[in-house]
Amino acid sequence: MSNKSPKPDLASLPIKAEARALNFFYGQYQALKNINLPIHDRRVTALIGPSGCGKSTFLRCFNRMHDLYRGNRYEGEIRFHPDDINLLGADIDPIEVRMRLSMVFQKPNPFPKSIYENVAYGLRVRGENKRSVLDAKVEEALTNAALWNEVKDRLHEQANNLSGGQQQRMCIARALASDPELLLFDEPTSALDPIATASIEDLIHQLKDKVTILIVTHNMQQAARVSDFTAYMYLGDLIEFGWTDDVFFSPKHKQTEDYITGRFG
Amino acid sequence: MKALDTSAREGMRASIATQKRRELLFSVLGFAALFLMFVTFVALFVDMISSGMDRLTLDFFTHFASRRAEQAGILAAWVGSFTVMLVTAFVAVPIGVGAGIYLEEYAPANKLTAIIEININNLAGVPSIVYGLLALGMFVHTLGLGATVLTAGLTLALLILPIVIVSTREAIRSIPGMIREAAYALGATRWQVVRHHVLPYSLPGILTGVIIGLSRAIGETAPIVTIGAVTFIAFLPESPISSTAPFVSFDWLMSPFTAMPIQIFNWTSRPEAAFQQNASAAALVLVAMTLVMNALAIWLRFRLRRNLKW
Repeated sequence: MSNKSPKPDLASLPIKAEARALNFFYGQYQALKNINLPIHDRRVTALIGPSGCGKSTFLRCFNRMHDLYRGNRYEGEIRFHPDDINLLGADIDPIEVRMRLSMVFQKPNPFPKSIYENVAYGLRVRGENKRSVLDAKVEEALTNAALWNEVKDRLHEQANNLSGGQQQRMCIARALASDPELLLFDEPTSALDPIATASIEDLIHQLKDKVTILIVTHNMQQAARVSDFTAYMYLGDLIEFGWTDDVFFSPKHKQTEDYITGRFG
Repeated sequence: MKALDTSAREGMRASIATQKRRELLFSVLGFAALFLMFVTFVALFVDMISSGMDRLTLDFFTHFASRRAEQAGILAAWVGSFTVMLVTAFVAVPIGVGAGIYLEEYAPANKLTAIIEININNLAGVPSIVYGLLALGMFVHTLGLGATVLTAGLTLALLILPIVIVSTREAIRSIPGMIREAAYALGATRWQVVRHHVLPYSLPGILTGVIIGLSRAIGETAPIVTIGAVTFIAFLPESPISSTAPFVSFDWLMSPFTAMPIQIFNWTSRPEAAFQQNASAAALVLVAMTLVMNALAIWLRFRLRRNLKW
């Protein structure tokens, strides 16, 4: 477990974001049912649960990805701190939300452009075109994503030529370059081999001092390895949330225990 | 496990043999169909080459049409076809690509959009003579543009617009959703996604569609005959650039014109064998033009797609 010291009282920890009475509908189908969940500041929170439990749906509420498709509907709030805004509020443009949160997807999805242009894209979107600023930011982001040394001599080569694991680290660099306040990971290692997976997990460890992380994973060992907090979801309900070692070693619910011990899921 | 008894095994083998016979029959029929097509084309080409090859001299390209077959050339025709294609491309590309992008990226999913989508596909099947009639009424008479390069270009642009729109949409649809999501997740607006991603990544497909459209347009005869293209012409349109101010001129747009297919049709209808020879030679040039355009489309697609991997 990542947290060895005595666990501080949950209520005393600063909160970066908080889902309040969150419902989500794909058309008529209700995919999330009354979710209440805090995301603690500069900690890693893992979302686990069997396929179809709504964990990715929940993650994609935070950066309003559901707004891209017709027929999706949110109810409830996601409060975002320190300015205490509602990410789902009608008064907030989804683009503004996406500028403050970044996302890393299931499969590496580099743009068919150079490594440099991929990483710089978030800044370009914000109108930043100054070479010196971009150069510095690209280097910083790639360094933070533990990729700089591997690609510094071929920044202007196509990103597609990187290996799968490198591509995913580049996508993390791309997400980091715009200094997000919250970083969303949607099963970031499901398309990667064990070695690439280990390097991404190391990276998540290093990043959590700088940025709050919310990660969806289907791999329970991964949740146990990388997260401070774990939320277990089932069929759109949040069943259990707590310190990761509590959820794994002394779950309050029988269902959580069954899932974690591999009896179903 | 029990061994299969003899009669069951015989039955199984008989059934396999029947299936194999059917497969053989199908492959023979398929080959026959292919062979028929191939022979037809080869016969056509050989005939064209054998009767027209002798006329394919430099003079043929630099001479105007003439009453004497051996002095006649296709200068007016190829310049006409070229300028008309220029107008066609200039009009059809922005409108077709714009419409395609709008339908894929912006149009709301309602009845009106559905009706428009169905009708774009229908438009692709409208006989070209109908476009000619439309152009005769609209461009030649109502707008008073006359039987000019501009009118022909606009007419053929209408004709290939559905092709450009459909290929634009298909190219856009082949961009994976996860690339689009990556851009949106970084805070891109819809226009930024279109400008930075959708348009560049669909460019190979769009260009292919445009060139296929143009190579269809260059061979179209019916619509430009309908709008009143001239069959005998002994001058070129005004030059688009001049040595005196304002240096560029668009007078060529309003010039009467002829085009390759019309020239070919005209020569074919003459009784003299020498003109038939000219027609074959001109047809050869026209075929070569379309082949070159198609080859260009394939090459461009190959070149531009090299970096588009997902």
